[in-house]
Amino acid sequence: MFADSEYAGFRTEVRAFCESEIAPLALEADEKQIFPPTHLDKLQQKGWWKIQLPEEYGGINYNTVQYSIIVEELSRVCGSTGLTVAAHNSLGVGPIYSFGTPEQRDRYLRTDSSQAVLIAFGLTEPQAGSDAGGTQSVAVRNGDHYVLNGTKCWITSSNLCKYAIVTARTDKSGGVKGISSFILEKGMKGFSVGKKENKMGCRGSDTAFLHFDDVHVPVESRMGAEGEGFKQFMITLDGGRISIGAMALGLAVGAFEVAAKYAATHKQFGKPIGEYQAIQWKLADMATRIEAARGLIYGASVMKDKKQNYSQQSAMAKLYAAEVCNFVTSEAIGVLGGDGYSPRYPVERMYRDMKLTEIGEGTSEIQRMVIARAILKSIKVDA
Amino acid sequence: MDFNFSEDQILMRDAAREFAEKRLKPIAEELDAESHLPAELLKETAELGYFGLLAPEEYGGLAIDYLSYALVIEEISKMCAALAIAISVQNSLVIKAISRYGSAEQKSKYLPKLAAGEYIGSYCLSEPAAGTDAGALQCRAIRTGNDFVFNGTKSWVTSAGYASIFLVFAITDPSKGRKGISCIIVEKDAKGMSLGQPEKKMGLKASDTREVSFVDCNVPVVQLLGEENHGLKVAFSLLEAGRVGVAAQALGIAEAAFAEAVSYARERKQFGQAIIEFQATQFKLAEMATRIEASRLLTYRAAVLYDSGEPHVKEISMAKLFSSQTANYVANEAVQIHGGYGYVKEYAVERYFRDARITEIYEGTTEAQKMVIARVLMQETQH
Repeated sequence: MFADSEYAGFRTEVRAFCESEIAPLALEADEKQIFPPTHLDKLQQKGWWKIQLPEEYGGINYNTVQYSIIVEELSRVCGSTGLTVAAHNSLGVGPIYSFGTPEQRDRYLRTDSSQAVLIAFGLTEPQAGSDAGGTQSVAVRNGDHYVLNGTKCWITSSNLCKYAIVTARTDKSGGVKGISSFILEKGMKGFSVGKKENKMGCRGSDTAFLHFDDVHVPVESRMGAEGEGFKQFMITLDGGRISIGAMALGLAVGAFEVAAKYAATHKQFGKPIGEYQAIQWKLADMATRIEAARGLIYGASVMKDKKQNYSQQSAMAKLYAAEVCNFVTSEAIGVLGGDGYSPRYPVERMYRDMKLTEIGEGTSEIQRMVIARAILKSIKVDA
Repeated sequence: MDFNFSEDQILMRDAAREFAEKRLKPIAEELDAESHLPAELLKETAELGYFGLLAPEEYGGLAIDYLSYALVIEEISKMCAALAIAISVQNSLVIKAISRYGSAEQKSKYLPKLAAGEYIGSYCLSEPAAGTDAGALQCRAIRTGNDFVFNGTKSWVTSAGYASIFLVFAITDPSKGRKGISCIIVEKDAKGMSLGQPEKKMGLKASDTREVSFVDCNVPVVQLLGEENHGLKVAFSLLEAGRVGVAAQALGIAEAAFAEAVSYARERKQFGQAIIEFQATQFKLAEMATRIEASRLLTYRAAVLYDSGEPHVKEISMAKLFSSQTANYVANEAVQIHGGYGYVKEYAVERYFRDARITEIYEGTTEAQKMVIARVLMQETQH
């Protein structure tokens, strides 16, 4: 059995919440391109903005298996909400807790428990996507502060966030060891949010550019030492990939359930289409691949909890779950026919949301690079 | 097979390409965003003769062969698949139906107006409970005196919002089941006929798609098209050939997405070189190009077989099946090559990805094509 099976009761509770509180707003979030404001408070009450933080920071201290279950269940009903929760926890809260000083943890994580405080993660730039080491943003030290200039793109929760972790070059000699991380706060002079993206899917998630125009960042807002930025985000992304994999899994499960129900009830040629072998085989392939993706996601989650090296497994989990999600959401549309092309059924939205999972937090191509690199590194060749 | 195009075929193709490049390309994104084909554009399309491509010359049509027709649909689909489907439905379904099955009076009444694009026609076969199983219609047109009295609902009707005539398939003899269906021409101001709101769709958003409902709608019996109770035969024979149009549409979408992917792969630099220099990208492009070439050959061959009167039913379904799958494969990879940029509206591949999905659904789903292919295969191999 999978690592998540011992959490069946937990999953039931999570699912009930997602169905009653998140699902009803999914269509509207997509149509209006807005993250439902009431979600902020509801998720805050659940503690889901601090899923893996210790209680002393107001967190609920869940393990990665539980975290993955939450993201999966949110995404099963609303990809935009799953993405927003995953990005905040894995890429915002996670690195500050892992790499921040006690003072930084206090300032950014020990926040007022009555309201949601979102943290964004700014890594990608227009010219530095898969090649994240190609960062062109620059932070120049000037006494007790840095002067930051540059642009970040595809930043989740750009408008919603209060803080943003961003990477910039502190060493002009180039190379990945010249990249450092800084924690920015909304309201800093010169720090602005740019155009909101008009996306194919995950339209309820808040994606925009971040611009830095001579932003004065105090030295104490640097996260870790100078030059540690690249290493930090490589570690951060290893964890983030599990959550995007869980998002892909959730979307696939959501689409599969709609398709299976449709197949069992929609009649053509005098019987439910589920009685046709062509449809049965689709359902069988969809379900089998979902199970395999589930095994990878929860396997990687357990490895992370056991503090094993899970970098290759998280890349595999994300790669495979995203491709399964593509297959399953597409086949679900195939089962529904014209109904699958209409927003009257959620598979239309899930198919559009799906494509993000093959792109965000490392494209499928990058996952393959990570996996191949780990494989080749493990093989000792005699000279 | 020899595809040495005649001068006329080359002229048709080049004119369509120029229209698509100059007139459609600049506005395609806007048409998608506004979910609308402006009247002015429809008028221009009509003036160029595209709404009368398959109408006989004596009625003012261009009477081009199917290979020329496929070339035109392919070119227009490269820039605006929504306009292409309006042209395709008008020609291969509506005009073909009246040319082949209409009475002399019906031909002279409707064909000149259709050929001139003064009238746009809609084709009303699918119903909420009768999709792939087109024989399961519930819409009735019961003969009462000199009228058929319509009651029922048709779904996914293309161009309904501006159509002047509707070819409606309905039960005229409930005792005969599938052999009691007739095709009847209904004019837009028929009392008791009403149009639904435009359907929201994943893609092909600029194409007008609606439900059409009938409540005690009286239509004179002279509007019967072809023989009474032979409607299903009419529907299937039209769809058989009409699928060449969808195959060509899918081919055009695939080619356009591929062209965008190649030009992006050349200009986008990561890790110090254009991404087209990476083998992973090259192999993607090689696979995409090969499948496009196969789609092209299947589609053109299907058109040529139809023109020459040779057996073509299986071959047309194969062309539609493979081209539509290829369009989805290529559009997906094109988005992938674009990374995050492929997920936003500013880049055409985002639209191609959404538009491609319908080509596997309408005018017979992928599953329906396989049913047709298998049926012919079994007939061919019977001893």
